[in-house]
Formats: sequence, structure tokens, C-alpha cells
Amino acid sequence: MIEIKNIHKSFGKNEVLKGVDLVIPEGNAIAVLGPNGSGKTTLIKSILGMVLPNQGEIFLNTKNIKKGWEYRKQIDYLPQIANFPNNLKVSELIKMIKDIRGGEIANESKYIDLFSLHPFLNKKLGNLSGGTKQKVNLVLAFMFNSPIIILDEPTSGLDPVSLLVLKDIILEQKVKGKTLLISSHIMSFVEAVCDKVMFIWEGKIYFNGTIADLKKETNEDDFEHAIAHLLKNAHA
Amino acid sequence: MLKILKYSFYDLIRSRWSYVYFAFYLLLGFVLLFLNNDVSKAVITLMNVIIILVPLMGTMFGIMYFYNSKEFTELLLAQPLKRTSIFIGQYLGVATSLSLSLILGLGIPFLVYGIFKSEAILDFSLLLVTGGFLTFIFTAISFYIGLSNENRIKGFGYAILFWLFMAVIYDGLFLISLILFEEYPLDTFSLIASMANPIDLSRILILLKLDISALMGYTGAVFQKFFGTSWGLIVSLGVLFLWVLIPVLLIRRKALKKDF
Repeated sequence: MIEIKNIHKSFGKNEVLKGVDLVIPEGNAIAVLGPNGSGKTTLIKSILGMVLPNQGEIFLNTKNIKKGWEYRKQIDYLPQIANFPNNLKVSELIKMIKDIRGGEIANESKYIDLFSLHPFLNKKLGNLSGGTKQKVNLVLAFMFNSPIIILDEPTSGLDPVSLLVLKDIILEQKVKGKTLLISSHIMSFVEAVCDKVMFIWEGKIYFNGTIADLKKETNEDDFEHAIAHLLKNAHA
Repeated sequence: MLKILKYSFYDLIRSRWSYVYFAFYLLLGFVLLFLNNDVSKAVITLMNVIIILVPLMGTMFGIMYFYNSKEFTELLLAQPLKRTSIFIGQYLGVATSLSLSLILGLGIPFLVYGIFKSEAILDFSLLLVTGGFLTFIFTAISFYIGLSNENRIKGFGYAILFWLFMAVIYDGLFLISLILFEEYPLDTFSLIASMANPIDLSRILILLKLDISALMGYTGAVFQKFFGTSWGLIVSLGVLFLWVLIPVLLIRRKALKKDF
């Protein structure tokens, strides 16, 4: 369970998060939605300890994460931009991350198969296309069996086939009872894989509930329209 | 930290630039030895090259590596690793591989030439030691500049300016102040001023080991009295070590406070 209490974060004069309170129970798939620059990535990075909040606390299973690093063993993270050392080969990168995680059991071959990455294993990362890099990124995020998975824009650069593969993987992780936090702008993708949505607007949580709740509240049958409605209301 | 060091090191020793850097020293070593046929003179010429080039390469490689591995660093930051071990590990990886290029590149030609039979072995090892120190110092400072500046252009600018200041401008200011205050006793001042710049310190350390301090007049005698003794050598190496330690501590402090 992740508990976020009154998180504030500003970069210079730019106040990004203005008091976010949130509880993410175990075994839920939650989508983090919001317009560009609303603070989605900042919130995600605060949970990972990459961004240090000005105020407020974050607890992972009732333990404060401040200044800790071992708690990240429980988290698998997919960063928004996939960029790796250009001189390394794909197989070496995977081996290296496994080594860094200290010999945790990893299931990389399954995901290499799923994303058909075999032909690229001995290529250098600098020579890969953006989409292929994103697939490598996804393999790195899913190969460990951590209870919490955080995905920041997982769909970017993927072809339709890989997108379907990704959906299946996420649904499989849900069945395993994992906690997922996904940020995305592709509404159909969010609707297909997430139970709950959380809408961030101007540094605060504007809506937090199930997709059905959202549709009911906005009187819209269609998820995309419901989100648009939410945005319009937020602007008003 | 050792794991990060290992991977940064591997990453660098496989890059083309490390080989170019290595090959450059190899060529320089061979050319100087066979043109000079005098190890002592070769050491002086090498010193003049090393004292300027090593800090420049440390600065450039350091800042380039830092900015190029930014996204990868973010990937590491999300892993169960301590922040400080990521940055210190990367720094040590860069500095070690650069030092290795320097030591192997110059060491091989001198071994071939037969340095162990020559009396210049001590001068030569001092040259390599100071070269190593300068690499570690300037790489650390460029890492710190990189950490403090999100903007790459600014970071590059500050790093190059710092090198230029230490390698060129500092000496100019030093000389001007010596001329301006020539009526005052300047021994202590010049001793301290040369300690405050690792490039000057390395240069004086090597020059005095080569016994050409007589060329430097009275100040040379003062310097010889201080740097020429083993006490002076220990103090100088201590100061060089401080020049490594302080930027590393600054990197540590910055890394703990920064958002990524």
C-alpha cells in the first residue's frame, strides 16, 4: 500500500504539486491522468524518491520512504524516456540491471519472447530505433516480480502489435494481485487496463475513483468524453 | 558502488575516444623518446603537455559522460541503489579509465625504451602520479559542474572556463601580483598561491624533482627548500588529495539534494 500525505513540490517559482493526498491500496490498477505539465511524472518520481518533496510524506507499507533506498526493491519502474548507454548491448544491459538488483529472480526470457527482441540482443543500444528501445525498457520493467509496478507513458513509440502484448502483460500482472500505477494519454488503453483513474489538475487531485464513478458523475457514457467533461469543468 | 564503477568503466574503455586518448599518449611517448634520446628531457616535454592536456581531457570527458548518461542515471536512480554510490561510482569509472589510458599510453613506450635501467624512473613515476591526480581532480570538478547545471551548454561553458582559468588565467594573475608586490617578501604568498592551483602545484613538483630549480632564482631556492624535501612532497601530495576529496564531497552533497 502506498500512502501519500500532503505532498508539495515546486521547481523554482513553478508550483507543480500543491498538497496531494492519496492512498493506493494493494492490488489495484490506477491510471494517473492529467494534462501535460499537471504533475503526473513529478508525483510518480516522488514515490520513487527521485524528486524530493518540499513538504509532506510518503509511506510504503506504513514505512516512510524518506532517505531510504532499499524500499525500491519492491518497485518496478518504467521511465518515460528510454535512453541507455550506447556502447552496451541489449543482453549486457539486461544482465547489468539484474546484477544491480542483486540477483533477484528475473524472468527476462519470457518478455524477450513476447516483444520478439531476440534479433536485437547482440546489438548495441545506440543502434536501436525508439520503439525497440521502449520494448527493452518494458522488458527491464517487467522482468522482476516486484509487488508494485509504476509505468510512465508505457505506450509511447509502440506499434499496434506490441501495444496488444503490453495490454496482455498488464492484465496478467493484475491477476497476480500487483499494484499498478500507470500514466498515459491514450484513453482507450487506460480504459482497457485500469480499474481506477486519478485525475491531477493544477497540482491537486481533482478526481479519484472508478471509471464507472467518473461516467456517472459526468453523465457521459463514453470514457473519453467523461475525461473531456472533467477537463472543461476544471477550466470553468 | 563497485558495480556502478565497473559498468561505467567497461562502458568507457569500449568507447572509441578512450582508444584515441590512449593512442595519442602512446604516440607522444614514442616520438618524444626517439627524437630526444634523453629521458629527462622527454619527461620535461611530457610534463608540459600533460599539465595542460590532462585537466582538459578530464574536464571534457567528465562533463560529456555526465550529460550523456543522464537518462541512464535516471534508470539507476529508480533501482534499489544509494544515490551517492551511483554518482561516486560513475565518477570513479570515468576517472579510472582516463588514468589508465594515460598510464598505459605513456608507460608502454617508456618500458620499451628501458626506463627501469634509467635514473629517471622516479621523475617518470611522479609524472604519472600527478597526471593521475589531475585526472581525478578535474573529472570530479566537471561532475560537480554537471550536477549543478541542468543546461548542458552552460555546464560545458563553466567546465571549460574553469579549466581555462586554472591552466592559463591563474598564472597570469599570479605573475601580475608578483610584479605589483615585488617590494614585499613573496615567498609564503607564492608557495600558498601555487598550492591553491593543482596545475601549478603539479608543475612545480615535477620541475623541482628534475633539479632545475636553479633556473628559478631566489624563489626557486625557497621552493626547493620546501618542495624538494620529502616533507614537501608529502604535503604537496596531501594537497592534491584534498583537491580530489573536496569536489567529491561536493558531488555527494549535491547528489543528495537534487531532483531528477
